[in-house]
Amino acid sequence: MSHDHGHGDKPFLAHHFEDEDHQFDSGKLGIWVFLVTEILFFSGLFCAYAIYRSMHPEVFVFASKALDTKWGAINTCVLLFSSLTAAWAVRNAQLGQKNRLVMNLALTIACAFGFMGIKYVEYTHKFHVGLKPGDLYAPVEGAYPEKGHGHARAVTVALDHSADPEAHDVAHEAGAGEHPVQEAHAAAPEHAADGEHGHTMVPWDDPRVPTEIKNRLKIFFGIYFCMTGLHGIHVLLGIVVFFWLLGRAIRGHFTPTYYGPVDFSALYWHLVDLIWIYLFPLLYLIH
Amino acid sequence: MAQIDIPLSGRRAQDVPVQHLDTNYLNVSKGLLSWFLTLDHKRIGVMYLLGITGAFALGGLAALGFRLELFRPGMQYMTHEQYNQFFTVHGAVMVFLFIIPGIPAALGNMVLPLMLGAKDVAFPRLNLGSFYLWMIGAFFFLWTLIGGGLDTGWTFYTPYSSTLSSTAVIQATAGAFVLGFSSIFTGLNFIVTIHKMRPPGMTWHKLPLFLWGMYATAVIQVLATPVLGITLLMLIMERALGIGIFDPANGGDPVLFQHFFWFYSHPAVYIMILPAMAIVSELIATFSRKHIFGYKMIAYSSVSIALLSFLVWGHHMFVSGQSALSGVIFSAITFTIAIPSAIKVFNWLATIYRGSVSLETPMLYALEFIWLFTIGGLTGLFLSVMSTDVVLHDTYFVVAHFHYVMVGGTLFAFLGGLHYWWPKMIGRMYDEGLSRLASITAFIGFNLAFFPQFIMGSKGMPRRYADYKPDFTLYHQLSTIGTLVLGAGILMIVYTLVKSIFSGKKAPANPWGGATMEWECPSPPPHFNFEHPPHASDPYDMERVKWDEQVGGWVPVPGYQSRVHH
Amino acid sequence: MSHSEQTAAQHGAHAHGDDHAHGSHHVLPRWLLLGTWAALMSLTGLTVFSAQYHLGAFDVPIAMTIATIKGLLVMLIFMHLAWDKGFHSVLIFGSLLFVWLFVGFLLIDRGQYQGSKTQFDRDVIQSQP
Repeated sequence: MSHDHGHGDKPFLAHHFEDEDHQFDSGKLGIWVFLVTEILFFSGLFCAYAIYRSMHPEVFVFASKALDTKWGAINTCVLLFSSLTAAWAVRNAQLGQKNRLVMNLALTIACAFGFMGIKYVEYTHKFHVGLKPGDLYAPVEGAYPEKGHGHARAVTVALDHSADPEAHDVAHEAGAGEHPVQEAHAAAPEHAADGEHGHTMVPWDDPRVPTEIKNRLKIFFGIYFCMTGLHGIHVLLGIVVFFWLLGRAIRGHFTPTYYGPVDFSALYWHLVDLIWIYLFPLLYLIH
Repeated sequence: MAQIDIPLSGRRAQDVPVQHLDTNYLNVSKGLLSWFLTLDHKRIGVMYLLGITGAFALGGLAALGFRLELFRPGMQYMTHEQYNQFFTVHGAVMVFLFIIPGIPAALGNMVLPLMLGAKDVAFPRLNLGSFYLWMIGAFFFLWTLIGGGLDTGWTFYTPYSSTLSSTAVIQATAGAFVLGFSSIFTGLNFIVTIHKMRPPGMTWHKLPLFLWGMYATAVIQVLATPVLGITLLMLIMERALGIGIFDPANGGDPVLFQHFFWFYSHPAVYIMILPAMAIVSELIATFSRKHIFGYKMIAYSSVSIALLSFLVWGHHMFVSGQSALSGVIFSAITFTIAIPSAIKVFNWLATIYRGSVSLETPMLYALEFIWLFTIGGLTGLFLSVMSTDVVLHDTYFVVAHFHYVMVGGTLFAFLGGLHYWWPKMIGRMYDEGLSRLASITAFIGFNLAFFPQFIMGSKGMPRRYADYKPDFTLYHQLSTIGTLVLGAGILMIVYTLVKSIFSGKKAPANPWGGATMEWECPSPPPHFNFEHPPHASDPYDMERVKWDEQVGGWVPVPGYQSRVHH
Repeated sequence: MSHSEQTAAQHGAHAHGDDHAHGSHHVLPRWLLLGTWAALMSLTGLTVFSAQYHLGAFDVPIAMTIATIKGLLVMLIFMHLAWDKGFHSVLIFGSLLFVWLFVGFLLIDRGQYQGSKTQFDRDVIQSQP
């Protein structure tokens, strides 16, 4: 389509823009508006996270111990380094340093692959021990590591004083899901009166903890896989975009007056990094 | 290169702007591929128009289907399940495939760059991408229809949609997800275009009101639609994998889905109505031959509606288990939406007052819009009061209310805009008498279809029921007859417009006397829109143009100096 | 195409669209790039370190504060917001305002009707501090 490139001496200036600054400013506003949509896109998951963590804090405390902080921290460093190389690539493009631009773009891509590699290792391990999202959740023995979370292994289960505490506990809890309305009528007044005395502490792996309460641990993995999965998809898209940039950089398309694509892609990449900056403490560092 | 085919006897060519060009955007290149791969905003607009017309036909036929079923109490020719599918398809297709993209994507694409005197939108490739996303979304909906239908209602409420329904929920939600991104990219494109492509002299306060409305719409599209995207994604995960976010059995919460959904879908209601208001502002000014009254108030009210729309989502959930505190807050904020809406209506009326009103078809639609939107808006106040809403919630009163706004408002404004810009788009005039008759037919049919629904709703007829007590028969029959009349009106409109393509007389550049820039290029516009970019001035200075008998249209007054209006 | 050049020439003197206030082409100096990166790495270390101590109610605020400082560094420096047009900052911080509106309101509402969801109340299970 010949009309796309109406400005003969400026091969990448589209016909409907006046000059390169006009094109650059328009693209820059466009990418910022796009980042706004990305922030709101992720906000739904952050919102779900906030609600469920506030509803079931014990689930998050216990289940997050199955994540390996070491890998999470390494991945954070990998992404931060790739953000540095991406920002540096913009500098190289602005200054017209072609070889360094190519190198920094390649480094960014390498980091992105490194990040995905580590995520692959983590995901594989989770799947191996049955810590899968949703209905697939079926943890094997020892899926949750024994060490380092003694305090987190306890779960408080409500007791109902109207029945024999010893025998009642499990049966009562097991029935809760099936008859919520009657249960509510029967139990609520006593609770209001008894407060803390109605609860007893048992470890998560105590046989008396009913299965449907144990299964709530899968909420964490549902949210974990949704958040990191969506983030991972963004990393993969970033890899595609940076390969495209790399190809154009090698062909020498970018100049100090035309480097918009490098700048805009770097902005996208920083946002991906930014989201991980929040995901890391929210998922890996709960206690 | 271009031929001017009007007689220019005795005048220099510069005196009269070019009215027609032999080579225009419609015939500049040929072949299907030249359309499917086009980056021209006008061609993309035309393709959208064809697409949404198809969606409208599908949604309309579904509506006709269940209205006929409701003609008599008892079940005539549908099962209950089929009835559920019919109203769901009607709602989902009309909302996601027709109303939301209708004005911004079809008319907006056609007109927005022309109004700016620009050659195209800021990102033409993204624009074409949006269209293809729309197509993919439409294919997902077709897949839904073939692969098991959909019976959740267009709102996809959990837990029915996530665990109980046996229909093709995943395909439908995936379709709505993709359509959401189509809408986001259109909004993004328009924001950047309005910011960056304004011509010299067009300050924000000289922006035509259509563009203010499109801008406010785009803000909502960009801020709210991503939340719909993630909500639908979570719903898909919930249904496919049972991750438990919306499922009480797993410690989740179905009310959360409604919060998520309405955080998008309430603002989406304004994605539907703001562009309609934007069109009406143009129509009223042009056909009253008067400067629009209260320009700034209309402009700012669009933006304030856009922002307020994010603060009222909870009024859809007064009876669904949200907290009483939220109910009070959302109810109070919902009242305030009435203020900017009323500002617009009063300013339109003030513009008409003592204007030299001519009742051409687009103006007829604008007046019908004011009538219908006022009814729709005022009945909304009933629903924003919590105590009355508890009674009226999920009755036909609600159905009538939002149809008065979404059909009476948006559809009629869309038709008004379509008739207004049709000569520019196609280069032909339609049969004025026939199109007025069609417009009035549709108006009568619409009122007959939906006014009885207010009455039966307030008498307690619940919405979405396949059957009803014989007491309601009269209202349902009036409603069904009205639907048929409305359908006949729509068919007349389609006939009139299609006929004009083949036998309409050639349209002048400015058939209505509009003072905005799109009337300064020939009809239909050439590929690049303007031979010489026009200079922007007050878009509502109607004295800038005068009727020219020889041209058969309005032409700029030579050497006219704009008076300061503000 | 001469037409476009004419157009550009005609427009050259005028402001087109929003004014072309410059600042878009700010080049980050090397020390600032490296310094920002070093700060980000240190803050990552700090957040991992602080997570080993249990500070009760302060755990989440501390982790989120550190993350927000890191986020601001990325936005202001790596993403050039500190030198960029103010409108871009308005966009991004405005969007965060909407996120807060969304998340905040849902948390408030959730807290309000939590009490009525009795089946959860009864088997409330909490972590032991």
